[in-house]
Amino acid sequence: MSKLALYLTQTYVQRALLVGVLVALCASLLGVTLVLRRFSFIGDGLSHVAFGAMAVAAVVGLSDNMLLIMPVTIGCAVLLLATGRNTKIKGDASVAMISVGALAVGYMLMNLFPPRGKSNISGDVCSTLFGGTSILTLSNLEVRLSIVLSIVVVLFFILFYHKIFAVTFDESFAAATGTNTGLYNLLIAVIIAVVIVLAMNLVGSLLISALVVFPALSAMRVFKSFRAVSVCAACISVICAVVGILFSAVQGTPVGSTIVVADILAFGAFSLAGFLHSL
Amino acid sequence: MALLRCSDLSLGYEGKPILEHIDFEVQAGEYLCIVGENGSGKSTLMKTILGLIRPLRGEVLTGDGLRPNEIGYLPQQTVVQRDFPASVYEIVLSGCQGRQGLRPFYRDADRELAWQNICRMEIEPLARRCYRELSGGQQQRVLLARALCATKKLLLLDEPVSGLDPKVTAEMYQLIGDLNRKDGITVIMISHDLEAALHYASHILHIGSRIYCGPVEGYLNSETGARWAGKGGQCPCQN
Ligand SMILES: Nc1ncnc2c1ncn2[C@@H]1O[C@H](COP(=O)(O)OP(=O)(O)O)[C@@H](O)[C@H]1O
Ligand SMILES: [Mg+2]
Repeated sequence: MSKLALYLTQTYVQRALLVGVLVALCASLLGVTLVLRRFSFIGDGLSHVAFGAMAVAAVVGLSDNMLLIMPVTIGCAVLLLATGRNTKIKGDASVAMISVGALAVGYMLMNLFPPRGKSNISGDVCSTLFGGTSILTLSNLEVRLSIVLSIVVVLFFILFYHKIFAVTFDESFAAATGTNTGLYNLLIAVIIAVVIVLAMNLVGSLLISALVVFPALSAMRVFKSFRAVSVCAACISVICAVVGILFSAVQGTPVGSTIVVADILAFGAFSLAGFLHSL
Repeated sequence: MALLRCSDLSLGYEGKPILEHIDFEVQAGEYLCIVGENGSGKSTLMKTILGLIRPLRGEVLTGDGLRPNEIGYLPQQTVVQRDFPASVYEIVLSGCQGRQGLRPFYRDADRELAWQNICRMEIEPLARRCYRELSGGQQQRVLLARALCATKKLLLLDEPVSGLDPKVTAEMYQLIGDLNRKDGITVIMISHDLEAALHYASHILHIGSRIYCGPVEGYLNSETGARWAGKGGQCPCQN
């Protein structure tokens, strides 16, 4: 306990908590609509795309990776999500295709043209996928950027909540009765890409898909209205992020995987609660 | 002018036509049943009328002061909806979304309208319940209430009774008939239940290799209608 209190006074732990909570909050809010549209894998897919883009940026020698990663990921998100359900290739298949493709191409490029001054490629790849310790070594700029973007995402979710519901529940009906579904699909896709790039930089691509999927699924076990599911998913996600970060700080486990384990435990608990309730 | 007019309409997917040269009009107050074999393009026609699919040729015109976003729609149910965590009230209220424009939250008038339609469909006790836990008939009432939030003039219903048991089917037909007669809402309904179509509708649109459009009385005398109604097995109707 005293160890925990000591950690809590450290700036880097406070920052990790703040950013972790914000990213978890954003991811879980968007996760509800992704899960309900059968697009759970989009988080995973897009983070692999971001990884591929990062590899290209490193090979080309761009000074700021974000300049390439952000537009490429947003482009892919728009391609996958904003085209809606009428595409020729089924949604999940195209996600898998783009995801694996980007991962393979990125990894190959990094091996063919090792970026200068970096010899440990598999270490790099590993921390991209699993997050490593980057959330504990955030710069001031990164912290500020995540705070601003998180506020934008949460505001977007609140202001567009009813539109997201309408478009998610029944896209055809919404379009038929005059809702601009194309515009909202586009906005949702862009926001998701932003969240994923943010989160991948901070916590790794493995974690981001878990943050997107688990809280929404857990909340859906127990709650029965869209609003309750959204609120509950956000709470679960935030609590698990806090618990995971504190546990990993004390025990020295990897941050990303610790948060995922917390999310899995929460999912187990909610499944049990849902089961008991239905008896 | 008619409420809805399709002139020389050709429709299909990806440039391949399914139906060609469709001409028909719907006047305010009519109850039009669209009948035809499975796969003949009934749902596709409805989606084209709603603007979800662009026609390959021709056009869909609305008149009588009906704006294209004032059409209520009850789609054939999709898989996603079946396990969606949403309360009945949330779903009915979302029928008002088309009129919101960029306004982020619903107004009191919208919430009132949602309640009115919930009462109209007699599902008040279910308002806080979860949609996925309702019976098929209750779910259709919810979707009908949502459609009524989107329109006061024209309802498009795609097989609203498929999968319902006979008693609930009869109630559903009754409900739709009342909306048409008592509230003066124009109804266009897809149905493969010919007997019920002949009983409730005022007009029939038969699509397929031959097209008939006109009042019910003329349908049975027409060649298409006589042949189809004579097949008997086509209409699994009970009463
Ligand atoms: N999304 C689609 N893309 C391509 N073809 C489709 C699509 N949906 C339906 N079809 C085809 O269009 C035809 C008409 O379908 P539909 O309008 O659903 O028939 P109905 O509702 O009369 O049973 C069918 O042959 C079907 O295979
Ligand atoms: Mg159909």
